[in-house]
Amino acid sequence: MVEVNLWSGLRAFAHGKDCVEVDAKNVGEVLSGLVEKYPGLEHVIEAGVSVAVDGKVIASGLTEPVKPDSEVYLMQQLKGG
Amino acid sequence: MAFDETKTEDFKVVGQRVKRPDGVDKVTGKAKFGADAVAPGMLFAAVVRSPHAHAGIVKIDTSKAEALGGVKGVVTRADFATGLTGGDLDVLENVMAGEKALYDGHAVAAVAATSQLIARDAAKLIEVEYEVLPHVTDVDMAMASDAPVIREGAADQSVPEGMHANVVRYHESGHGDIEAGFAEADLVVEDSFKTEATHQGYIEPHACLAQLGGDNKGELWCCTQGHWNVQKLCAAMLGLETSQLRVTASEIGGGFGGKTAVFIEPVALALSRKTNRPVKLVMSRSEVFRATGPTASTSMDIKIGMKKDGTITAGQGTFRLQGGAFPGAPMEFTAMCAFAPYNLQNVKQVGYDVMANRPKQAAYRAPGSPMAAFAVESVIDELCKKLGLDPIEVRLKNASKQGTKASFGPTWDRIGLVETLEAAQSHPHYSAPLKEGQGRGISCGFWFNHGGETSVTLALSEDGTAQLSVGTPDIGGSRASMAQMAAEELGIPYENIRTTIADTATLGYNEVSHGSRVTYASGLATIKAARSAVKILCARAAAKWGIDEDAVVWENGCAKPSGPNAGEFDPLPIDKLTRSMGRTGGPIVGHFEATPEGAGVSFATHIVDAEVDKETGQTKVVRYTVVQDAGKAINPAYVEGQFQGGAAQGIGWALNEEYIYGEDGRLQNSVFLDYRIPVASDLPMIDTVIVEVPNPGHPYGVRGVGETSICPPLAAIANAVSNAAGVRLKELPMSPPRILAALENQAKNG
Repeated sequence: MVEVNLWSGLRAFAHGKDCVEVDAKNVGEVLSGLVEKYPGLEHVIEAGVSVAVDGKVIASGLTEPVKPDSEVYLMQQLKGG
Repeated sequence: MAFDETKTEDFKVVGQRVKRPDGVDKVTGKAKFGADAVAPGMLFAAVVRSPHAHAGIVKIDTSKAEALGGVKGVVTRADFATGLTGGDLDVLENVMAGEKALYDGHAVAAVAATSQLIARDAAKLIEVEYEVLPHVTDVDMAMASDAPVIREGAADQSVPEGMHANVVRYHESGHGDIEAGFAEADLVVEDSFKTEATHQGYIEPHACLAQLGGDNKGELWCCTQGHWNVQKLCAAMLGLETSQLRVTASEIGGGFGGKTAVFIEPVALALSRKTNRPVKLVMSRSEVFRATGPTASTSMDIKIGMKKDGTITAGQGTFRLQGGAFPGAPMEFTAMCAFAPYNLQNVKQVGYDVMANRPKQAAYRAPGSPMAAFAVESVIDELCKKLGLDPIEVRLKNASKQGTKASFGPTWDRIGLVETLEAAQSHPHYSAPLKEGQGRGISCGFWFNHGGETSVTLALSEDGTAQLSVGTPDIGGSRASMAQMAAEELGIPYENIRTTIADTATLGYNEVSHGSRVTYASGLATIKAARSAVKILCARAAAKWGIDEDAVVWENGCAKPSGPNAGEFDPLPIDKLTRSMGRTGGPIVGHFEATPEGAGVSFATHIVDAEVDKETGQTKVVRYTVVQDAGKAINPAYVEGQFQGGAAQGIGWALNEEYIYGEDGRLQNSVFLDYRIPVASDLPMIDTVIVEVPNPGHPYGVRGVGETSICPPLAAIANAVSNAAGVRLKELPMSPPRILAALENQAKNG
């Protein structure tokens, strides 16, 4: 299991939690695991998110690996000018 | 060199100040920009725009325009695709109004004719019947309970119940116990700030030439930061198959984020399809101001607690951003960047995306971050003054560094904020004496940077030179830096590489030139494409020598045996290998397609001296120093140019630039005479210091530099001006009337 930290605005969609656990080996599985456990997060994830894994911000790569002891943060999707 | 190896020293071409390959063409007028494109039988287009800030479109009568000699076609919303949803629908609504005009300047129809004059005359003959509706342009007023609703149902599920319908997205993040943090502080300062919308101010207006037949196969030439994105969006707006529209990017006269969107391109394509002729459409400056994206305007509340020794105990920010009549104001970036430079145990940031009757905001260099820095760094400056602390010492004491927790959550990897602060502290500027009437300000700033989908090919020519094709429009000298990286890997002179910005039919998808990603992502792709070409070169040499491929190395542009055990052979230079490539296995082409995910974040520290004339309220920036972490400067001259450009734009944003709306909701200053960007005489020489803390996610350590440079200026200048004027300036721009008002208010209230 991997601990996933949510930004606090998402608590409303994750049963009041801002840190949840999902079974995942990569970023794609983190996201699908979140939607499976907390369907309320689907609209957020579909709208686009980034995932920080051990301090590295993954903007879109679903195959990036995640370990059980990885620090994982869901982040707003990054763009720029 | 192995495919994934990193290189941090012994560079031969990287780090040199080579001349940009497009420089001569640009200064001699040979370079072709968006408006330079022509085609036989070309028509000219003009756009009809709403004179109202908010109005229902009751009826559009095009008959008089169509009857005018020379007019070949008119389009309205009915000529675009139907059934779009989400972001695509928002883009189409912005490109061509549907049932309502949502801001002054919103396009409602367009006409193509045999000359520009006829097109303009015809546009005046298109009769639009409006039902004028109440409007709102200020962010705070747009959130008030009595504000007119811009678009019903635009809010997403993040918005808490009870908010006005104009609040369309909500963000909240942070950690720790914010109230306990404030209780620990010796001093808490709380204040509110506002910034006006500013335009990216690129010199070249949007321009395009479109050709689309009834068979829905088309060509488009345009000035853009990302032609694959243009292809994708235009295909959606016109109901085309994406691959049937080929898009070529022209040279670009500035973008700064503003050319990451489409405005006129789908309109020109629709007109071309209707008339079966090529159609050219060029915006006037006034159209650029009225109808293309400025940045968001903001209203912000900041509260920070500090101990007497300078330790920040808690930070809290509320950020309300107005992004025009569509969702998308970058409030989440404002929130996440606000306290990013500081290692805070207790932090909370809240953001609101608010709609108003203004043009759809577009990205502008580090979208959302400069405004956050203005508010937060102003309060930190105030705390330092009240506690008698040195502003750089306080920032060093609280600085984010590797291993500390970012205000938005993750633990930082290797970052260079401390190095920029130390370089600023030891710079002669920081200790130079100030003259009477002058003040000094400093600020830190942060931006994430980005990787993104990237595709590059590098084809070797028979004579050993190389053609490098990249898909990211060159908005800051990237053709030079790409060629430097390719030359470094191939071991050939910089001049032997020609870099081309390929069209959408030539390479795989390339994300827009945004997010400070080009030198990082296209650079990484270039290095890896060159390494894949080198691998083929080594294999060809191995075959010639009859040894194993792994027994060949590439050094200084030659294949060589890796050691005495590999055999004794004379080095084979690149041109000897390429001359025979047709007979030794075929053309040698290296390529790389991926989505690099290791873009390193970047921090900067700026020092500014400003002089304020208390009689007139006029401000002059007298000295400016930019210190920024570039990871590795591929071409220091262009890195310095990015640093200086960010500072120059920041000076304009801080002191003069603003969108001014009248009571009628119409933009009052839609030309450069009234919208005052800085000119050369407004600016001091902007000194630069490049700090290099390598990014572990790039083979040479590159971090993006294009955006971070605009994060600190608003705050650093505000701190300098406030210190010079003796009164805290809380609203941008700090134009003479605002400075006089602040001085008057202070005199009145003490």
